[in-house]
Amino acid sequence: MSETKVTMPAYVPPPPRRLLEPHRIFLIAVFGVIVFCAIYFMRWDWLPKYQTRLLYGIGETLFLLFSTAAVGFLLALPIGLVQVTGPWPLAALARGFCTLIRGTPLLLQLWLLYYGLGSVFAQYPEIRQSMFWPYLRDAWPYGFTALMLSFAAYEGEVMRGAFAGVPRGELEAARAFGMNRFTMFRRIWLPRAFYRALPTLSGETVLQLKSTPLVATITVVDAYAVITRVRQDTFLVYEPLLLLALIYMCLTGILVLLFRYLESRIPSRGA
Amino acid sequence: MEDVAPAIEVRDLFKRFGPLEVLKGVSMTANKGDVIAIIGGSGSGKSTFLRCINMLELPSAGSVTIHGEAIALKDDGHYGLRPADRKQIERIRSQLAMVFQSFNLWQHMTVLQNVIEVPVHVLGMKRDEAVEIAETLLRRVGLHEKQDVYPAFLSGGQQQRAAIARALAVQPLALLFDEPTSALDPELVGEVLSVIGDLAKENRTMVLVTHEMKFARDVASHVIFLHNGIIEEQGPPDQVFGNPKSERLKQFISSVH
Repeated sequence: MSETKVTMPAYVPPPPRRLLEPHRIFLIAVFGVIVFCAIYFMRWDWLPKYQTRLLYGIGETLFLLFSTAAVGFLLALPIGLVQVTGPWPLAALARGFCTLIRGTPLLLQLWLLYYGLGSVFAQYPEIRQSMFWPYLRDAWPYGFTALMLSFAAYEGEVMRGAFAGVPRGELEAARAFGMNRFTMFRRIWLPRAFYRALPTLSGETVLQLKSTPLVATITVVDAYAVITRVRQDTFLVYEPLLLLALIYMCLTGILVLLFRYLESRIPSRGA
Repeated sequence: MEDVAPAIEVRDLFKRFGPLEVLKGVSMTANKGDVIAIIGGSGSGKSTFLRCINMLELPSAGSVTIHGEAIALKDDGHYGLRPADRKQIERIRSQLAMVFQSFNLWQHMTVLQNVIEVPVHVLGMKRDEAVEIAETLLRRVGLHEKQDVYPAFLSGGQQQRAAIARALAVQPLALLFDEPTSALDPELVGEVLSVIGDLAKENRTMVLVTHEMKFARDVASHVIFLHNGIIEEQGPPDQVFGNPKSERLKQFISSVH
């Protein structure tokens, strides 16, 4: 019996994915039919009349999303950091804040701030006469505060994990080379934690986008509030809601792409 | 004699972790150009001793003097010695570069960024100048083509060579090596030892904690054998390895060969 030589077949990399593969063509066609039916069989004549208000509403939604996420994240940094390295009273305070905010519904916090705090403020003439009253009389500062605190609490928890997860050796190397605490935080600890937390932050920001419609309950006019107004005026049920779904999906898609770009800047391998 | 202060002078160092006494009065003098190898079994206190030199571990008692400047420590009564002057310690640390067992490269930076980080952000060097020095150093340790790669994509040996380049970039008074090859696969040890061996030939001051006995014998000018927190025996490598006097050192040498 002759020896048979076993040869491994050469590795052939899979062909790169093309945009128009059969299953994709099928899905695109299905989507096209749905869009066609929606346009042809449903009523969209209200759209031109409301488009300015709708654009304003989307702007308000985006403003609330980005401002609360940015300020909330800045607040989340110390909240996460003191839980990892701070003195115990501060750590306990931060933990208490996170537990309180994460343990109660956002809608409840929003209403407590707006109807509770807002009406308390109105009772004091000192406040009514102060330069802040034009803002305190408005609804959006309460919506901003509630959303911002909520984001800070959730992201504080995420950043706590991210700060704690930076390998001790890398911080030790920074110390061994004579970095002072601030430089170490700015150059090593924070960026390292931030990149570790990015995938989580991406998901949390998308969730934050979809928490913004709650402010419509305290009279802030965001995209959701405009659509509700359309439904009340026209007695249409599905058309405005479908449009709203499409708007949020587009915004989510853009957010995800944005975060993916950030993540791809630092390639990582494995854990 | 007076005008050239030793690069590192350690006097009567003690270190306790709770009830455990790890170092019980260790002294060492490293003059400029000395290559001191510290050997000993695990738990002998050799890594702790090395980490006390740049105060990554704070000693319980004793003194460390770097190039004639004593590191100021104060006793706060409760926790033992504390740094009296944080700024001084940071300045001294930036002159003592350390190479770690587990490399500890900063994973969010490329190799080049790792090497220029301390010169630019601690020593205040201009970026262009730091990059120029870093490229020379990386060429030296054979990592020139890898300078824009992130550490996670390098082998252990390459990471350790990058860490050595990072240490050299601060133009240190002395280099501290904490078991630089212990975390490497056996076939990668050689490339790192050859880089360290080249450095030893250049009249650099080095303190090297190692398990590589043959290497210690080849490159060291002085060998210290630590056992249970005290210096059991020390001397030139030929004497320590060729003619050990204490029973423990004889046992240790025969156990690692």
